[in-house]
Amino acid sequence: MVDKKSISKQSVILTKEEVRHVADLAKLELAEEDLIKFQKQLTDIVDFVGKLKEVDTENVEPTSQVTGLENVFRTDEVKSSLTQEETLSNAKRKYKDYFVVDAIFGE
Amino acid sequence: MLLDLTISELSAGLKAKKFSSEEIVKECYGNIERSNPTVNAFITLLDKEDVLKIARQKDKDRTPDSSILYGLPYVIKDSYNTKGICTTAASNVLKDYISPYSATVYQKLVDAGAILLGKTNMDAWGHGASSENTDFGPVKNPWDNSRVAGGSSGGNAAALATRMAVFGIGEDTGGSIRNPSAWCNTTGLKVTYGRVSRYGCIAYVSSFDTMGPMAKTVEDCAIILQVIAGHDPKDATSSQEAVPDYLKGLDQNLNGTVLGMPKECFGEGIDPQIKQLIQEAADEYKKLGVQIKEISMPMLEFGVPVYYVIGTSETSSNLARYDGVRFGNGRNNFTKETMRRIMLGTYALSAGYYDAYYKKAQQGRTLFIHEYNKALSECDAILMPVEPMVATKFGELINDPIQNMLADIYTCQTPVGVPSLAVPCGFTKEKLPVGLQLVGKMFSENLLLKIGHAYQQVSTWHKQKPKI
Repeated sequence: MVDKKSISKQSVILTKEEVRHVADLAKLELAEEDLIKFQKQLTDIVDFVGKLKEVDTENVEPTSQVTGLENVFRTDEVKSSLTQEETLSNAKRKYKDYFVVDAIFGE
Repeated sequence: MLLDLTISELSAGLKAKKFSSEEIVKECYGNIERSNPTVNAFITLLDKEDVLKIARQKDKDRTPDSSILYGLPYVIKDSYNTKGICTTAASNVLKDYISPYSATVYQKLVDAGAILLGKTNMDAWGHGASSENTDFGPVKNPWDNSRVAGGSSGGNAAALATRMAVFGIGEDTGGSIRNPSAWCNTTGLKVTYGRVSRYGCIAYVSSFDTMGPMAKTVEDCAIILQVIAGHDPKDATSSQEAVPDYLKGLDQNLNGTVLGMPKECFGEGIDPQIKQLIQEAADEYKKLGVQIKEISMPMLEFGVPVYYVIGTSETSSNLARYDGVRFGNGRNNFTKETMRRIMLGTYALSAGYYDAYYKKAQQGRTLFIHEYNKALSECDAILMPVEPMVATKFGELINDPIQNMLADIYTCQTPVGVPSLAVPCGFTKEKLPVGLQLVGKMFSENLLLKIGHAYQQVSTWHKQKPKI
């Protein structure tokens, strides 16, 4: 197994509230016992990746992609894509040609 | 067995009418019936009679000009959209999703006349190095059923090892082709980022994901790459770089080639048997006229954090579309491992943490690019292990999030975009396969294929198969 000695002593602790907040941002519904389990695991993981702070990145530009490409466009012409039927084919709830969503405003 | 033959042997045999696609497909299904109940390589297996009908038609329609892949049965990782066929990404979120469109790579294989057998099992969404993070039961290693097949393209590697198909199409974001190749004794190529279109492959990390071939030999991978490589207007990140002839010069000698071995890969933490086997492979290369040089890559220890911060950030964004509205089931169907990755990514991108984690990792990525450029200026390719350990026992990785991440330690150079070829290089005393990796400059696939092919002419590891 890979040696875990390189993991620094814990310097970050995620609170349960932080985990709940992150779960809310990610639209994940977590049961209470999962929240507690994730709190411990995420704390360990965040601490582990925090190893990055040892790297000297002063004046280093961030890289977001390696292709060197910019502004890859196509000509603005209408082209065929999915048909309406294909687009709706995997929706669990449909109404005529609409996707059905839960109400977000009161009735 | 016909399925022991290489792609060029099969193609020549088919054209000379020594045997038929129908016979090859029958052999595939025979091996599937024998091994799949144990190995669990498939999520969706196409109906045997339907596929045999297609094979018979291919036998009728074959011409001397047919593609080299014409009439050859293959498998594709279940992250690729295949129109009319279920595509799940190994997750219950998509367990009943029927693709309304096809991935470019799949379409190219359809156009070449290759025959799809089914969609293979994997770590859901690409999240894993063991094919245990799946809602369809784990993939078992054909060499030792108490161990994982590797991941995330584990279904492919296990299928190839047990001769269920001629070749496979996998996907590598942090080792997902190379890891299962090493652990199942198959050959796999992680291409340069942008070399093969990503259109239609369910995205894990959009700026790392690569689509690539998995097969029994390096030559097979070269043949498949020839068919799938190239610019695609549907993928804005695909490269306009010309596609060379990958078979030309494959047999050229390696005199004067320099392979660099990073000393950081061979210190603490690597199984001594793996270290020994890689060293023996280096010795074989010396006999072929290659110069072996020790190099240093001190950034390697930061590879996993850079990969995981950026990777989880991008995947948290990519998986936001799975809202159960337009397709799929609700988000509570994600596995725990996937939820962990989504949450880590969301955290790294959130206000107050973005600079310390995401931006920092992107800066680390720049330093990695410099480090690989420097290393590859000192040698033609880097020779390193694929994994520091052999295939793990079930539970060892999936139940330990940090250990799971560390499995990617040698395969997480994907943020740099460079290509890498994984080739079998021996077995441990416990008869578990080991793979070596050849990492090259951007778009150096033909050099890597040449170097890998040369090794397979002087070794027979890749020909060995598990007892079925």
